[in-house]
Amino acid sequence: MKRRTNLIKSIDWITVLLFLLLVLIGWLNIFAAVYNEQQLQNFDLSQQYGKQLIWIVAAILLAIIVFMIDEKFFFFFSYPIYIVAIISLLLVLIIGKEIHGSKSWFVIGSFNLQPSEFAKVATSLALAKFISSYNFRIDKLRSILTLFLIAVLPAILIAIQPDLGSAIVFFSFILVVYRAGFSEILLLIAIIFIGLFFLTLVVDKLFILSGLTFIALLALWIAERKIRYVLGAMIILAIFTGTLFGLNRMLEIGANYYFIVVAGLLISFPIYLIYAIRKKIRNILVVIGCLFISMLFSFSVDYVYHDVLKQHQQQRLNILLGLESDPLGHGYNVNQSKIAIGSGGFSGKGFLNGTQTKFDFVPEQSTDFIFCTVGEEWGFIGTSVVIGLFVFLLVRLIIIAERQRSDFSRIYGYGVIAVLFTHFTINIGMTIGLLPVIGIPLPFFSYGGSSLWAFTILLFIMLRLDASRMELLK
Amino acid sequence: MNTFAGRKYIVAGIIILVGLIFVIRLFSLQVLDSSYKFSADSNSRRTKILYPARGLIYDRNGEILVYNEAAYDLMVNPLQLRSFDTLDFCEILNITPADVINRIGQARDYSLYRPSIFMKQISSATYAVLQEKMYKFPGFFVQPRTLRNYPKNLAAHFLGYVGEVDEKTIEQDPYYQPGDYIGISGIEKSYEHVLRGKKGRKIVLVDVYNREMGSYQGGWYDEPLVVGKDIISTLDAGLQEYGEHLMQKFMGSIVAIEPSTGEILSMVTMPNYNPALLVGRARGDNYKILSEDTLKPLFNRALMAQYPPGSTFKVVNGLIALQEGVIKPSTEFDCYMGYFFENITVGCHMHESPLDFVRAIQNSCNSYFVNVYRRILTDPKFSNTEEAFNNWCDHIISFGFGQLLGTDMINELKGIIPNSGYYDGIYGKDHWNFLTIRSLAIGQGELGITPLQMANLAAIIANRGYFYVPHMVKEIRDEESINENFLERHYVSIDSTHFEQVVNGMDLAVNGGGGSTAWRARMQDIIVCGKTGTAENPHGEDHSIFIAFAPKDRPKIAISVYVENGGFGNIWGAPIASLMIEKYLNDTISRPYLDEYVLNGIRPE
Repeated sequence: MKRRTNLIKSIDWITVLLFLLLVLIGWLNIFAAVYNEQQLQNFDLSQQYGKQLIWIVAAILLAIIVFMIDEKFFFFFSYPIYIVAIISLLLVLIIGKEIHGSKSWFVIGSFNLQPSEFAKVATSLALAKFISSYNFRIDKLRSILTLFLIAVLPAILIAIQPDLGSAIVFFSFILVVYRAGFSEILLLIAIIFIGLFFLTLVVDKLFILSGLTFIALLALWIAERKIRYVLGAMIILAIFTGTLFGLNRMLEIGANYYFIVVAGLLISFPIYLIYAIRKKIRNILVVIGCLFISMLFSFSVDYVYHDVLKQHQQQRLNILLGLESDPLGHGYNVNQSKIAIGSGGFSGKGFLNGTQTKFDFVPEQSTDFIFCTVGEEWGFIGTSVVIGLFVFLLVRLIIIAERQRSDFSRIYGYGVIAVLFTHFTINIGMTIGLLPVIGIPLPFFSYGGSSLWAFTILLFIMLRLDASRMELLK
Repeated sequence: MNTFAGRKYIVAGIIILVGLIFVIRLFSLQVLDSSYKFSADSNSRRTKILYPARGLIYDRNGEILVYNEAAYDLMVNPLQLRSFDTLDFCEILNITPADVINRIGQARDYSLYRPSIFMKQISSATYAVLQEKMYKFPGFFVQPRTLRNYPKNLAAHFLGYVGEVDEKTIEQDPYYQPGDYIGISGIEKSYEHVLRGKKGRKIVLVDVYNREMGSYQGGWYDEPLVVGKDIISTLDAGLQEYGEHLMQKFMGSIVAIEPSTGEILSMVTMPNYNPALLVGRARGDNYKILSEDTLKPLFNRALMAQYPPGSTFKVVNGLIALQEGVIKPSTEFDCYMGYFFENITVGCHMHESPLDFVRAIQNSCNSYFVNVYRRILTDPKFSNTEEAFNNWCDHIISFGFGQLLGTDMINELKGIIPNSGYYDGIYGKDHWNFLTIRSLAIGQGELGITPLQMANLAAIIANRGYFYVPHMVKEIRDEESINENFLERHYVSIDSTHFEQVVNGMDLAVNGGGGSTAWRARMQDIIVCGKTGTAENPHGEDHSIFIAFAPKDRPKIAISVYVENGGFGNIWGAPIASLMIEKYLNDTISRPYLDEYVLNGIRPE
């Protein structure tokens, strides 16, 4: 079996090692999180750490099985696998079990299976297949739309369960798309909009509007270097806004200042546009366009926040942004989490010595907040090491992805990276108070069969593709 | 596709950037910011205050007067509250859900993080039931406390009571925290620092259900409590009980002192109250009722009632006169049922005339002592009345009148002794003489003496010229001695030689037969010396007063009795004093008829 032995030789042992390390450390921390003085004596398989151990063993088996499957299988069956995933997501909405308010689970015997985790694998495969196919052209609108559909469809189904956290993961495929060639402007815009999003929530609308206008004027000046454009724009804006303001006062309309300024801007726009088109100054158009879009975005964020988001979601955002402090209510988890991590100090309190986790102060401490145990018991050293391992793994995956000869494998690789990175960022970010509380697991660490297996499969498909990279010439 | 290969660096960059941001944030959280460390510690740490048992109070013979009983305060820590079965909770505690919300609100207002009292002094039975179910009510815990309990309804004023400390005291002495107990009157207050011991502290680890999981750092930060020290008071419980029994139908006071030490053997104030009323939860309401009672049971007459002393004061004037040399024991004055001068009359009852000093005391002759007072104030030694009066005042003060005796009792009052400035103000300087203020001669007028001061006077005479500051405490366990002030002899400004005549006079007053004003006090086997007093009362019947000591030689007890609206001193004052003396010296009552008379007002002959 020449191929087999070659395979075993060509497996990326570094990744395998990292995988095993993370799983092991994860397990130790679950043990610590559940550890209770009374259970010193028994190694109880019915406890979470016991179950996790079983699942780890099963995961390793899965990894081996996946690895033994012919690599072409994944390529050929990407779409079918994806369709199965979509069906399962539809199915779970109908016959699934509701746990903690979301219908995300299939119950098979005494066993819970979460299809949304496996959907991540399926979507990565499907995306990779699609982007690497002949029909795909990065600048074709149809391609872009299909791409969008593949990524967003599962997300929507998951969001209906509702499991907002898992749904958000699917937006990470932007990274895949970016690497595949999308304009980097897209990435930049994405980042800017994220920033604007948070800013809108924190700062008053009018303030933002003024800020945006100022930036627009500044951009104009930088682009054109002609003061008269800037001054002209300002004067026109001032005239219109001033008039509206005066009207407002005299007729006692009592309109919000924000709307007055918006109206002023909107009236000024046509004038700018006409001028720009006549004089053929493109930059003005660009600036106006950006300003307009930003205003629109800011406005819609505000609208969504106030009129669409549910109260507890609003609260989570508020707590994150420091607008609200609710250490006993919605802020409780995060606050306790920060306390647990913070109390670890430099070198932690020692294995099995976490007082916060020991005494059940951190809720969900073996699932979403598993990182707390690391922080509390292993301190800064521990947390840095874990972060380091993840970063190392991700960078290693980049290296692996880049050395692929086939587009499919490479794009799939980035899919793996995107999914793992998103989980890593959101989960840890949440426990240290940098991101709002979004419940998603930390890969290989958090307790849970479905997520562990899904991540294992995700990873080992990559390793399998990688092991036979020299052979695939697609 | 590989044309975009350069982007791998951007992707890698983003990954590494995020990792870096996390590490920096963690560094800030874990290494730089120590507030989380403390939060964590305080999250899982609870400081338990260990309240020491308050010192017990015994009587002079070792009989318990006050002891401690366990009580339980239900505490709540708002930070640790979770939702709980309110119905069950309310049932156990017998309160309404609205009440629960209200109390939690109060606790929250007080402090979100620190525990405060949810419900004071729940009964042992409630505690037992609650304790079983404590795990269902996270955020609540029980703090054991001690409350005072009294084996007998006795000596309420003497012992005082314990209540919650007020804000002002907390400000002044941070040892006290809101909800702590502190002595408010009597021995409880004056010996608060001895009785309270010292609060201890134990820091335990708790889990999120508020269950104790063990000692923090092996008890390194704990502080042991110090139990309050016991006090042996000077009180004689049997005597006190008898005194309260005798006085039950009267209003007034009895004070008995041991002359050789100044120890207060008994301090009775009537009306009084049951000390058990001012304990625990009912205290607030009961206090209100007591304080609104028009007869003022909370008012400790023994220390705070400033009565005119009546004829008992004559002995003082007599002693001063002897000291100043303006009379001799043999000096006699006439009395025609009164003292007459120009248009001024001071009436007197029927008795032989003239009388010498000793007989004047026996008969309590007003006329004699008005003359005596005249002699004091017109003493040629002094250039004018004012000077003579000031000199007289100095003597008076040395007896402990008009000032604080400096006892260890709270609320002692000075009494009232007028000074020359006072009369100057009323009549104008040099516009008054002994006639103007003649009522002082017989213990009326602008005089206010407390029963304590009168008993002290009896002690002075018993000792023939000195006293020890009266005090309540004989011994404090584990302490060498009581306050040195109480061990010091205070001599009055009268030579002790002069006292013998007064003693004789007082002997005759009781035992002298015909004319003796205090014959009701006479006892078979013990020589009682006493002096009656009858204080005029414009509002009703005169007050019945009596001071005495016994036995005449080597006296063991000095006593003052004051019965409001009791008529002549002999009617009630004397028999009560006599019975008290007998009870103390013999421990039995051989004259039950007298006892019955006092209680029921049936005169024996």
